Amino acid sequence: MFTIAHLTFHEALRKRVLLAAIVLGALFLIIFGVGIYFINDAVIKQELRLPPSAIRTQSNRLAYNFLAMAGLYTVNFLLVMMATLLPVDTLSGEISSGSIQSLVVKPVRRSQIVLGKWLGFAFIMLIYATCMIGGIVGLVAIMTSYDLPNIHIALPIMLLETLLLLTLSIAGGTRFTTLTNGVFVFGMFGLAFIGGWVEQVGGLLGNQAAQNIGVVTSLIMPSEALWRLAAHYMQPDGIGALNITPFSSTIVPSPNMLWWAIGYTLVVLMLAIRHFLQRDL
Amino acid sequence: MFVIETHHLQKQFGDKLAVADLTLTVNSGEVFGFLGPNGAGKSTSIKMLLGLVKPSAGNCWVLGLPPGNVQARSKIGFLPEHFRFHDWLTGREFLHFHGRLYGMSGQTLKQRIETLLTRVALLDAGDRKLQQYSKGMLQRIGLAMALLNHPKIVFLDEPTSGLDPLGRLLVRDIITDIRNEGTTVFLNSHLLSEIEVTCNRVVFLKRGNVVREINLKDNEIHINELELKLGPVNDSILQGLAQFGSNAHRDGDLIRMNIQDEACLPQLARWLVGQGCEIYRLAAHHPSLEQLFVETMTEDNGQLTVDS
Repeated sequence: MFTIAHLTFHEALRKRVLLAAIVLGALFLIIFGVGIYFINDAVIKQELRLPPSAIRTQSNRLAYNFLAMAGLYTVNFLLVMMATLLPVDTLSGEISSGSIQSLVVKPVRRSQIVLGKWLGFAFIMLIYATCMIGGIVGLVAIMTSYDLPNIHIALPIMLLETLLLLTLSIAGGTRFTTLTNGVFVFGMFGLAFIGGWVEQVGGLLGNQAAQNIGVVTSLIMPSEALWRLAAHYMQPDGIGALNITPFSSTIVPSPNMLWWAIGYTLVVLMLAIRHFLQRDL
Repeated sequence: MFVIETHHLQKQFGDKLAVADLTLTVNSGEVFGFLGPNGAGKSTSIKMLLGLVKPSAGNCWVLGLPPGNVQARSKIGFLPEHFRFHDWLTGREFLHFHGRLYGMSGQTLKQRIETLLTRVALLDAGDRKLQQYSKGMLQRIGLAMALLNHPKIVFLDEPTSGLDPLGRLLVRDIITDIRNEGTTVFLNSHLLSEIEVTCNRVVFLKRGNVVREINLKDNEIHINELELKLGPVNDSILQGLAQFGSNAHRDGDLIRMNIQDEACLPQLARWLVGQGCEIYRLAAHHPSLEQLFVETMTEDNGQLTVDS
């Protein structure tokens, strides 16, 4: 299994999609850092003109939090894209090209092939996600001295979201062609995304049916709920009630959604193994 | 001892019956040729034996174990027909990766890789990436991969496709070597001349059924075609030739007939001389495997059916 994971890790490193993601990620962090620098500069100049007050300090914190959340919101999309695209052809591509045959006839179990590939991609994605999230949080902290709250809780939740999408993409590869798999995983993410927004608007308007749609889509695909839960932890208390940012939730997903997402990921991984065991190659 | 045994093996893909009823045995240490036109079910049969495809019905055993058994796989080598690689690896890295999958490591694996690179004439190309290899080189590195674990049985699906004559000769030598080492070779190839030279035994597969089996090394091809060039002969001579064989007929200025055994030739020559015939040529030919193949595949309607 670790031989497969090792090969997958090196294969992923050679993929242009990862290279593009690393270059774009680095570019994104640079732009974000420069932006923070100038905004912080403007905030400091404004501070000099105003007398110190608790309200002013709170206002600055909200601005820094908004900036950090905007960065993380973008990073979240980048992670969704990477977790989907990086492994999208790892099984479907090798099945269609026939290269999987020379692996499967070796004295390794088919489950070890799936798990090995999952491990290799998971390792890369966890490093990538941690670097990107850490980069945003670190830049804000270094330049503004503002520490995003509860990052120790939010980071694992975002990593779980990444793993969930990665697992779904690998599982889809055991059943679909590469293109269909990509459409399937992005479609599932889109379903959760729109469901999440329907739930939020339903919450604002007090419409229970709309909220229920959001809950059901979260159960079908928990990715958006995980992001909203992570975003909730990273924002100051009460900001959700104000509805002043696109990252704040009128309805916060239940922490039980974490267990659902963990179970969901494990079940999807088991289904991937099961289907790969049963299919003709 | 049989290293491969199948009983009424069948595979159906939806409405299509890929393998109808495959029953065969392969002996330990023989080079076994598996022949048939495109669409006869050869590759599907090999995939069933390797556990890549699940049979719809029937049973099979490889090295006495069910197909796909991990213990059996450690003693099997396989070169797929449409061989695709992780082409960003070098030849050595590629063999190292597959060796690790066999549980090999350290100096043993390193030495095995060097031995095989030398055997397939790729020692100088071992550090080049596979994407820089020609089709023939890829086929040879694939063959090296199939032999990494000193297999007891090796499945070669079209091992000479893409190879030039020298490459084919090299593969033929390797097959002979591994057969001499006691390895069983299950060979699927369209190059019948290669099969004829290397195989002990062949079966012809047609629509997923074994329709003919020929033992090549034991001169099981008894039917010989006799070609005669004689002076003027009358019909009574033609009728008289029937005592030595069958189907005597004129073919231009030649007479052709089938004989069961070359041992009858001296007696036949004496008889012709006794009849006052002048003999200019008397030549017996074994039918080539290609002739037998075409004959077998056209038995139903005289048309060679080739599926795409």
